Amino acid sequence: MSLPKVRVPYLLLFPGFAFLFTFFILPIINLAQTSTQTPVKNGDTGQYEQTFAFSNYVNAFVDNKEQFARSFVFATISTLLALAIAYPLAYAIAFKSGKFKNILLVLVVAPFFTSFLLRTIAWKQILGEEGFVVPGLRSLHIISQQTTLTSTSFAVVAGMTYNFLPFMTLPLYASLERIDPRTIEAAGDLYANGITAFRRVTMPLSLPGVVAGTLLTFIPAAGDYVNAAILGSPTSKMVGNVIESRYFKIVDYPTAAALSFTLMAAILVLVTLYIRKAGTEELV
Amino acid sequence: MSTDAINARGDLRLTRITKSYGDFTAVDDLTLTIPKGSFFALLGPSGCGKTTTLRMVAGLEEPTVGSIHLGDTDITTTRPYQRPINTVFQNYALFPHLTIFENIAFGLRRRGIKDVKEQVEKVLNLVELPHLAGRKPTQLSGGQQQRIALARAIVNRPALLLLDEPLGALDLKLRRQMQIELKWIQREVGLTFVHVTHDQEEAMTMADTIAVMNEGKIEQMGTPADLYDNPETAFVANFLGQSNLIKGKIDGSDGENLVVDLFGQKISMPKNRSHAIDNSMYAGIRPEKFRISLVGTPVRGNSLTGGRIEDVSYIGVSTQYVVAMPWGQEVMVFEQNDDGVPPFDKGDEVVISWEPNFTFGLRGDEDIEAGTEVNPEELEDE
Repeated sequence: MSLPKVRVPYLLLFPGFAFLFTFFILPIINLAQTSTQTPVKNGDTGQYEQTFAFSNYVNAFVDNKEQFARSFVFATISTLLALAIAYPLAYAIAFKSGKFKNILLVLVVAPFFTSFLLRTIAWKQILGEEGFVVPGLRSLHIISQQTTLTSTSFAVVAGMTYNFLPFMTLPLYASLERIDPRTIEAAGDLYANGITAFRRVTMPLSLPGVVAGTLLTFIPAAGDYVNAAILGSPTSKMVGNVIESRYFKIVDYPTAAALSFTLMAAILVLVTLYIRKAGTEELV
Repeated sequence: MSTDAINARGDLRLTRITKSYGDFTAVDDLTLTIPKGSFFALLGPSGCGKTTTLRMVAGLEEPTVGSIHLGDTDITTTRPYQRPINTVFQNYALFPHLTIFENIAFGLRRRGIKDVKEQVEKVLNLVELPHLAGRKPTQLSGGQQQRIALARAIVNRPALLLLDEPLGALDLKLRRQMQIELKWIQREVGLTFVHVTHDQEEAMTMADTIAVMNEGKIEQMGTPADLYDNPETAFVANFLGQSNLIKGKIDGSDGENLVVDLFGQKISMPKNRSHAIDNSMYAGIRPEKFRISLVGTPVRGNSLTGGRIEDVSYIGVSTQYVVAMPWGQEVMVFEQNDDGVPPFDKGDEVVISWEPNFTFGLRGDEDIEAGTEVNPEELEDE
C-alpha cells in the first residue's frame, strides 16, 4: 500500500530481467569471449585463451559457407512450403469451419503433445523403406525403384516444414480470423469478383499474419540441426549441425561460438530487411 | 445475361420471395415494388426479415423461392459484383488497409473507370470531407466513417443504393443530422435508396414510402402519413407511435359513417377507415388526437365519459395523461400546452373527446399488444 507507484513496474520487471540476465545475457557475453579465443600452446584439448583472434570469424565462415548457404536455402524452402500449406488451412479454419473450428485448432497444435525429437524420428519411419510413402510413390512410378527418401535433402526440408507448420498456421489463423467478413462482402458489393476480393482485401489484411508466420518458421528453421541430423545425410548438413559437432565432438569452442554469432547476425540482417520490406506494404 | 445486369435500370421488383433457413422462414412470400428514384424504407423489429430481404437484393443471399427484377432484368441469381447495386453496411465495412481515397476508388477501379481522381474528389466534396482523402478509416470518427461508407457506394452511381441500419452506430444528435443529410444527398444524386431500419422515427423522417415488416411479411406499405394516420393492423398502430385501441362492436351505419359501441357509449367513424371484417372491431385513436375536459364542459365530436385521471406527466411542450376508463382500460392522452390552461390533476373526473375522422378501425380479432413490447434500442444487432 505504501509502495510508491513508480517502483511497481520495476518490481514487476525484476523476475524476468533476472532470469534473462542469468540465462541469456551472461551466456551471450561468455560466448562472445569464447569466439575470439585460440588454443593454449601445448595445452590439453579444450583449453583456450583469449587472444582476440577475430580471424576465427573469417575462418569459421569460409570453412562452412556451404552449410551456411544450405541452412538459408532449406529454411527458405520450408518457410515457403509451410506458407503454401498453412494459408489455405488457416483460411478454411477461419472462414469455413463452422462448428468444427475449435476441433481443427486443437488438431493444429496437437503435435506439441509429443516431443519435437520423437516426431522427427517418426518421420524417419514414415519416409523409410518400411513406411507407406516410398512403396506408394514407387508403385505410382513417381519415384524409381532405387530411389530412397531418407538421408536426403528432401527429407530434411519435409521434416522442417512439418515441424514448423503450427508456427505458420496459428498467426495466419489469428490475422484471418480478425478480418470482418463484411469487408469481404463489401468488396463483392463493389464489383470485385472472388479472386480480386481476395487479392485486394483478404490477402492484404492477412499480411501481418504472413509476416509473423514466416518469421516464426524461418528463424528457427535457419538455426535447426535436429531435422538434418535425423533425416539428412552428411551431404545435407546445415550450419546448426556444424556448430553442434564443433561443440560436442571436436571440442572447438571458438569456432562454434564464432559460427553461432555469424548465424545470429545473418538472421538478424535478413529479418530486418524482410520486416522493412513487408512494413512498406499497406499494413494495418 | 450477367454482363447486361450491370447496366440494368428501373424499378426493383421482388416477386413472391421466400427465404428459409432450415425450419425458420425469414422472409415469407414477399412481393414488393420499389419505384426508381424513391427513398424507400423497410421498417420492422429485429428478426422481421428486413435485413435478409436487403441481402437478397444485394446478392449476398439467394432466395429459396421467388424472383428479383431490376427493370426488365432478372437478377435473382446474379453474383453481387455483377449487380448495379451498392450497399452501405451496418458497421460501414470500410477497408482498414486502404486510405479513404482508395476506399472510395475501389468500385471505380474494379470497373475500369478512367477519371477516378476526379470522381472521388467530387463525392468527397458532396459528403464534405475532402480533407480526409489521405487518412485511414481507423483515424476517422463514427460519423465520418458513415459518410465515407456512403461516398464509397454512391460514387458508383448504382441503380439502387441499399442502406443497412446506416445510422445505428451513431449517437442520437448525429443521427438526426445525418437523417437530414442523407435525404438531401438522395435528392441531389437522384438514386433509388432502400433503407432498412428498426427506428420508426428515422424511417418517417427520410422515406417517401415505408413498408412495415413483421415476421417475414409486409404488414402495411404507404407514405409515413398514411401509416401513422390510418394503420391497418395493431402491429403498425403500435410500432409506429402509440395507439389507444378500445374494444367495440359495430352497431349500424349512418350515411358515410359507422356507429360503433364502445362499452355502451356510441361513437362514429368514417366507413373507409375501418379494416374490420365483421362487426367486432378495435377502435384506434392516437393519444394526441384526444382532447380532455372536466365533466360538465361542452365537448365536440366523439366523446367517452367516466374517465378519471390516474397519472400526469408534464413534459414541456405537452402534458401526458393516463386516464382510467370505467371498463378498466387505461388510455393515453397527450395535450399540447398551448392554451394557457393549467394541467388537470390526478383524480379529476374527465370526459375525453376527439374528431370522428381521426378514428381508425382494426379487426376485432387482433392481438392489441402486437408491436408494443419491441424495444428497438436493445435489438441493434440482427
